[in-house]
Amino acid sequence: MITSFLVRAFDRQAALFLAILGLVIVAVPALNLLLPPDHPLHVPTYAVSLMGKYLTYALLALSVDLVWGYCGILSLGHGAFFALGGYAMGMYLMRQIGPRGVYGDPVLPDFMVFLNWKELPWYWTGFDMFPYALMMVLLVPGVLAFIFGWFAFRSRVSGVYLSIITQALTYALLLAFFRNDMGFGGNNGLTDFKDILGFPVQADGTRAALFVASGLALVLCFLLARSVTRSKLGKVLVAVRDAESRTRFLGYRVEHYKLFVWTLSAMMAGLAGALYVPQVGIINPGEFEPANSIEAVIWVAVGGRGTLFGPIFGAVLVNYGKTWFTAVLPEVWLFALGALFVVVTLFLPKGLVGLAAMVRARLPRHRTLKSEPATPSTGEPQPAE
Amino acid sequence: MRQSSLLYFDGVSVSFDGFRALNSLSLVIEPGEMRAIIGPNGAGKTTMMDVITGKTRPDSGEVFFGGATDLTRMDEAAIAELGIGRKFQKPTVFESHTVWDNLELALKAPRGPFSTLFHVLRPAERARIEDLLELIRLGSRRDDLAANLSHGQKQWLEIGMLLAQEPQLLLVDEPAAGMTDAETAETADLLRDINKTRSVVVVEHDMTFIRALGVKVTVLHEGSVLAEGSIDHVSSDERVVEVYLGR
Repeated sequence: MITSFLVRAFDRQAALFLAILGLVIVAVPALNLLLPPDHPLHVPTYAVSLMGKYLTYALLALSVDLVWGYCGILSLGHGAFFALGGYAMGMYLMRQIGPRGVYGDPVLPDFMVFLNWKELPWYWTGFDMFPYALMMVLLVPGVLAFIFGWFAFRSRVSGVYLSIITQALTYALLLAFFRNDMGFGGNNGLTDFKDILGFPVQADGTRAALFVASGLALVLCFLLARSVTRSKLGKVLVAVRDAESRTRFLGYRVEHYKLFVWTLSAMMAGLAGALYVPQVGIINPGEFEPANSIEAVIWVAVGGRGTLFGPIFGAVLVNYGKTWFTAVLPEVWLFALGALFVVVTLFLPKGLVGLAAMVRARLPRHRTLKSEPATPSTGEPQPAE
Repeated sequence: MRQSSLLYFDGVSVSFDGFRALNSLSLVIEPGEMRAIIGPNGAGKTTMMDVITGKTRPDSGEVFFGGATDLTRMDEAAIAELGIGRKFQKPTVFESHTVWDNLELALKAPRGPFSTLFHVLRPAERARIEDLLELIRLGSRRDDLAANLSHGQKQWLEIGMLLAQEPQLLLVDEPAAGMTDAETAETADLLRDINKTRSVVVVEHDMTFIRALGVKVTVLHEGSVLAEGSIDHVSSDERVVEVYLGR
């Protein structure tokens, strides 16, 4: 049963995608670590971290696609789950600093000493252990999403109203985390990390390892998302997206399905945030900024919602654009992003993946393939759009 | 009377903002029966369907299924599981799924997220879908997206989905709306065929269609029953004529 569930994730498309991603995961660290710095193909360490950051954004986009593309839940607050995962990782990294902080306190992070706190708040206990921190990376966003979803979906809040409450959720967390008394470093957040699992965070090897970890997390979550969306449960999700009340009258408890995919997606976003933080070296309340969540939705729209591949490409592409623009034409970036969103909404409802499919359909060679005899298949061939 | 009935309405009232959609409606459907419900717009036909399927809670009155199950305490999903299938007025199918997938989703099977997550289509289920495809004459379109079907084909697919649920009672809202005459006649045949094994409640405006069904008719007006009997009986009733033609 479980094997058939996993086997479903594989086909030619997925294999091709995984091959490309696998190549990137191997090649980038190899070109960084094995080649001398003056070699033309050498990848500088800052670029490894930058690309690692893109991969974590891609994972965030994947999680948004799972709820928006497949179940029609437009979340404008997924950045909150991302940031919570990031904070959980940041807390672990803070505890690893130990007595090397500015104030040299063996247990308390610098900002707590600065606030004159005498002991660690209860919710900081355990974060010195990596497995515990990792568990929290998944559990905190997961539990918050579950509680939020339980109330929202049971009361049948949907559409624009749900989007607005997700915005409110991330905004409320932004304000809460800004407060010093919360015990998460207030405005400055958590930074000055030293070690992760005993390895210095700044070292080339650690950076490469974090890049690989981000890539592997993306691969695993992609396979998981693909098995889920290609299962009968995935078909129910698309059914909910297209005709919610019809699904209800067929006997499906729509709220349970939404809650399942919503919680799963929040945990993925949390994992993305946890991989993001050690690579950028800081987590502060700015990550809860509503604009971040909206940007993630744009990545998904640009790549193509409901495709799983698309949002990953979309996230990497848009963020590469952002890096380029903010270096060369910083004042133009926001206009470019806005224009991109307008163009995609008006002309490319299925994003870049939809565009690629359109171009491919024009090629005569593929037309004949379409009309293969109708076999009593399990209905597997088309991934939901 | 309640014990032997399949569907039992007693004194059911529903108001929306002061408007009485159902006004102390009482109605009994026997097991195995096919019943046609007619009435002018606003007579309460759709509200009655909403009450049966759990979408709307009545303000007062009793609604029982199979003599003992109180439908007013259950939600849509529970009522569907109980064996009541509903076809909407506007054909509602899953447009971005294939015809096959539409039927697979409707097929009677455990409905929880974890059962569907690990679900593998069994040979028996496959055979059942094949049978349904043949019945609704969409075998050659099984791999097409439901969005690409004609209006009449969508109606049929939706009826097929209802049957896949294996309900005891089918509620069918205006199945002949927008169909050609030939399709209408075929639909009447299909419903009569379905009625051999299941009870059916049909809401319809089309008098020729009702005649083709040849079943007992209930006329609703302003939320309660105005007349009941054969089509000839009710169409000669003066009050019915007045309701339909007088205004």
